Amino acid sequence: MRQQDFELQYTALWLDLEAWLSTSRWRWRKKKEQEPVSEEFIARVPEAYRLVCHHLALAKKRRYSPHLVDRLNRIVVGCHNRLYAGNPRFRYQWLRFFIIDFPRALHDNSLYVKWATILFLIPGIMLGVLCYFNPEMIYSVMSWDQVREMESMYDPSRRILGREREADTDLFMFGFYIYNNIGIAFREFAGGILLGVYTVFVLLFNGVILGAVTGHLTQLGYYETFYPFVIGHGSFELTAIVLAGAAGLKLGVSIISPGHFTRLGSLREASREAVKIVIGAGVMLLIAAFIEAFWSSKASTPVWVKLSVGAVLWALVLGYIKYMGRRASMMYARVTDGSE
Amino acid sequence: MKISTQISVETPESIDLYAEPAGIVIRCLAWLLDQFVIAGVQLVCFILLSLTGAAGWGILLIIWFSFSWFYSVLFEVLSEGQTPGKKWMGIAVVNDDLTSIGWGTSIVRNFIRFADAMPIAYFAGIITMANTKHFQRLGDLAAGSLVIYRQTENSLGGLPDARPQVANFPMGREDQLAVIGFAQRHNQLSAERQQELANIMGPLLPVDEQHRVDYLRGIGRGLVG
Repeated sequence: MRQQDFELQYTALWLDLEAWLSTSRWRWRKKKEQEPVSEEFIARVPEAYRLVCHHLALAKKRRYSPHLVDRLNRIVVGCHNRLYAGNPRFRYQWLRFFIIDFPRALHDNSLYVKWATILFLIPGIMLGVLCYFNPEMIYSVMSWDQVREMESMYDPSRRILGREREADTDLFMFGFYIYNNIGIAFREFAGGILLGVYTVFVLLFNGVILGAVTGHLTQLGYYETFYPFVIGHGSFELTAIVLAGAAGLKLGVSIISPGHFTRLGSLREASREAVKIVIGAGVMLLIAAFIEAFWSSKASTPVWVKLSVGAVLWALVLGYIKYMGRRASMMYARVTDGSE
Repeated sequence: MKISTQISVETPESIDLYAEPAGIVIRCLAWLLDQFVIAGVQLVCFILLSLTGAAGWGILLIIWFSFSWFYSVLFEVLSEGQTPGKKWMGIAVVNDDLTSIGWGTSIVRNFIRFADAMPIAYFAGIITMANTKHFQRLGDLAAGSLVIYRQTENSLGGLPDARPQVANFPMGREDQLAVIGFAQRHNQLSAERQQELANIMGPLLPVDEQHRVDYLRGIGRGLVG
């Protein structure tokens, strides 16, 4: 068949498909003047797609002009994208994420979570103990100015006199915690691709600093101001730093030790899992920022209330990771029948 | 060896799809445009919010945070792989099977941007792009994504009105394609270039120099049908 006859015969179908492709998937991006594609045609799209695939193959085989082949290829690529695309809409996916995907990813990667915990806790405990018994020790990890600022923040004598922070500053601190803490966690994850070196550094560094501060303030006898302040948001914040670290470690290890995959394939598989963990950690840090800015900073709340709320939050976070993880992992294994 | 960067992917319908990966320069330009957009929006927010005191600064920090981590993610997922910069440069991000990019993939490639930007001025990313077949930076490698040229419709404006001819010499398939292409692109090429191209065929054509272009167009028309 000559090219022109071929084009004449099928142009109507191609035009219909092109019209369908030019409509947006997003309701809010629909153009007014555009004529809506009929429901009957949408129902026929898969069939039309197969036909156009056939046309493309024919056009190539018969060496029709590159212009026609390009046009058909464009239609085929467009349809392929539409038909095989995942559903990017949120609707209930976020719920599924927190009930199944996130805890399952944590449970299935518990090895990395364990290692991240160790890398964070060991230097933390070491420096905590050192700074508790040696008041000078803190100066080897922080500058004099930083120490003074930190001490004045938790000075019990100032707390009692000082009035409560205004709502204005609460909002500022909320923004700051989001900007700073979530940024740290995301970089901690991203740095995992540098063979995990950066991730390990962030974990060790945060362990050292937080351990040193805790030991030093305890040694000064500031525990009545320090512990009630940190216990609430610490539940989400410290856990999330460790989890983001686990995600970063997974990336790094996947390149160093790819197992049966190529290094590239292994990295790709790992990133698919790791991203779930890092999104979850990001949300946890958002919650932590909220607690830190609007709850932890309230000086008027009695100490015992803060401590018990903090304990409940810790139990919730750890319980969620442990029990939801196991449950989700089992559920997932049953649904996919071990095929994935 | 075929010197081509074209990517082809086979679909379940046994069709090979192809796409052209976008190179370093055009991606840098798109990135630069995006930076301008981000800087512009942030400047406006800064002017508006800096007047409102500490609370305004808090909101400003949240905006800065959102832009630096989620600008590309939101646009790539919601706008079929194109941030404004990419849209202006005619390129788009897709999965390596040429399907549209999703949340997970986009987050991976844009978060790992941090590692690509190391140690300074996207050094790691540019080195990786220059050394991979499809110009992928670290983030693309981890996410399994590609940046390709979005094929745009180029209308040819129909065939030239030359009298259809039958060639007076044997033509193989490749020759036919070349001549059809020559006829179809009659208003994309300059007259001088067309003459130049026709002159290559000169000795074969039974007409004098001025009529070679017309004669070739005629053969093209005749072949298309």
